[in-house]
Amino acid sequence: MLDQADGYLTADGRQIGPVVMEMQNITLRFGGVEAIKDISFDIREGEVRAIIGPNGAGKSSMLNVISGFYVPQEGQVLYKGVPRPQMRPYQVARQGIARTFQNIALFEGMSVLDNVMTGRLTHMKTGMFAQAFWKGRAEKEETENREVAEKIIDFLEIQAIRKTPVSRLPYGLKKRVELARALAAEPELLLLDEPMAGMNVEEKEDMSRFILSMNDEFGTTIALIEHDMGVVMDLSDRVVVMDYGKKIGDGTPDEVRNNQAVIDAYLGVSHD
Amino acid sequence: MPTDLLYGAEVVLNGLMAGVLYALVALGFVLIYKASGIFNYAQGVMALFAALTLVGIMEGQIPFSHLINAMFGSEIHHFGWHVPAFFAILLTMVVMVGFAILVQRFIFRHLVGQEPIILFMATIGLAYFLEGVGDLMWGSEIKKMAVGLPQGGSLWVEENTQWLGFGNEDFYGFFLDKLDMVATVIAVILVLALVAFSQYTKQGRAMRAVADDHQAALSVGVSLNYIWILVWSVAGFVALVAGIMWGAKSGVQFSLSLIALKALPVLMLGGFTSIPGAIVGGLIIGVGEKLFEFTLGPALGGATENWFAYVLALIFLVFRPQGLFGEKIIERV
Repeated sequence: MLDQADGYLTADGRQIGPVVMEMQNITLRFGGVEAIKDISFDIREGEVRAIIGPNGAGKSSMLNVISGFYVPQEGQVLYKGVPRPQMRPYQVARQGIARTFQNIALFEGMSVLDNVMTGRLTHMKTGMFAQAFWKGRAEKEETENREVAEKIIDFLEIQAIRKTPVSRLPYGLKKRVELARALAAEPELLLLDEPMAGMNVEEKEDMSRFILSMNDEFGTTIALIEHDMGVVMDLSDRVVVMDYGKKIGDGTPDEVRNNQAVIDAYLGVSHD
Repeated sequence: MPTDLLYGAEVVLNGLMAGVLYALVALGFVLIYKASGIFNYAQGVMALFAALTLVGIMEGQIPFSHLINAMFGSEIHHFGWHVPAFFAILLTMVVMVGFAILVQRFIFRHLVGQEPIILFMATIGLAYFLEGVGDLMWGSEIKKMAVGLPQGGSLWVEENTQWLGFGNEDFYGFFLDKLDMVATVIAVILVLALVAFSQYTKQGRAMRAVADDHQAALSVGVSLNYIWILVWSVAGFVALVAGIMWGAKSGVQFSLSLIALKALPVLMLGGFTSIPGAIVGGLIIGVGEKLFEFTLGPALGGATENWFAYVLALIFLVFRPQGLFGEKIIERV
């Protein structure tokens, strides 16, 4: 068992804290297909943790296990050192784990601001009847949450489209709005499913910049899935590599880059 | 002013108020359809059931008394008390919330992710089941809805609009039904309250989130189950209001559940997913059918109100299938 208290210092001098999320021997099956085979790894406080691997390696499945969308048949999830019982996705979200989706799941009919405000739902305490009859408190809460939302909108540089309905936005901006909504929850752990998929070089650079400064300014712990090896290596502190549902590497970007199994998986050595 | 025009104006006014009543029923459909994609065939029966329950509670009727008497040979019918309308309405609302929880717990929780047609079939089953339960609980005789709503035409309006005729002997002022006027005011308040609820409260925001995208709603910590219970409760409340209004108008009888059929053309006009659409659709149908009857009715042999709404809906289906306010249906190829 890992020592919960220890941490490490990154190459650029950031202090990484204790383990926030630990996956122990996770196995996930869909019928006869094993999407994840006996994988263990951990995510530490304040780090940018990447999960990489070729198409169909089981990366998204892994993220869905963490966020409660899939329930693994075997293994245990430890959140802040405590074994997590089987949870529904909304309960996981209420524990402080926010996420984005590979195929963008935004509220298309709402404005950008409204979308970001839904990210604050877990922080709103006033009940339905209190809101109807106790106007002052509800208004105060609304203002406070609104301030957080506006701060994040500024941070992600989407002020200009605050009032625009999301359905009218181009793909790259939608991705950014989705990130804003997840960040608005002030999550303890932020899960990003292919944040840069389908983006051009400029958009990718923007997104990388946001991910890094999110981690830097808010101290957000981030776990992300990405295809683009170059981007991942620049962004992350530690990398898990998956192939055919198995973990074939785990370590710093440099360690992973020199791992023979990883090189084989990416260059496509025949499995014999 | 020529009297024909004045009569026309009166017809429009009455049409608007009839439209409000249609809109009330349509609103219940829209709420549930938006949040869960279920076309709730039972909405009309819910209005009937709510009205039956309200009258039953007010008159201190013992629920299932026929059943109890048949089983035990007893002769009980009434508790012997009368509950004031206000408390009876509150109690009925509690019953409707209980109904919402049961429906979600025993039916729709098990049907998450099923085809719309399966959900629709489930609501048909629910409609007949609820109608049977209503009959068993409160009996099938026609009852009076005596919650203290005014009845008959308003003399005040009649007297104060008489001058519009400018001395014309044939014009006696507008005839407006008092109940219709009250219904209009209540419906307007109800709609404003619903809009405020969905725009400014946490639960309302969560409700809109669920209506928009289930997966995204889950990811921001919204419990679908809770929201669906909430939506069915709100629809139950709307059904109660509709049940009171229609019950006061034509008595609480089982044909009340057929008002759901009147809401269908309203929905086709307004769109299944739009609250403003339900209201505008209701008003258009209300005014349309009254004006049509007034102008062309005599030439067509009368009783056009029975079919006008459906023909209008058919025309809309051909030219604008998503309705006036519905989401446009675009398929990417």
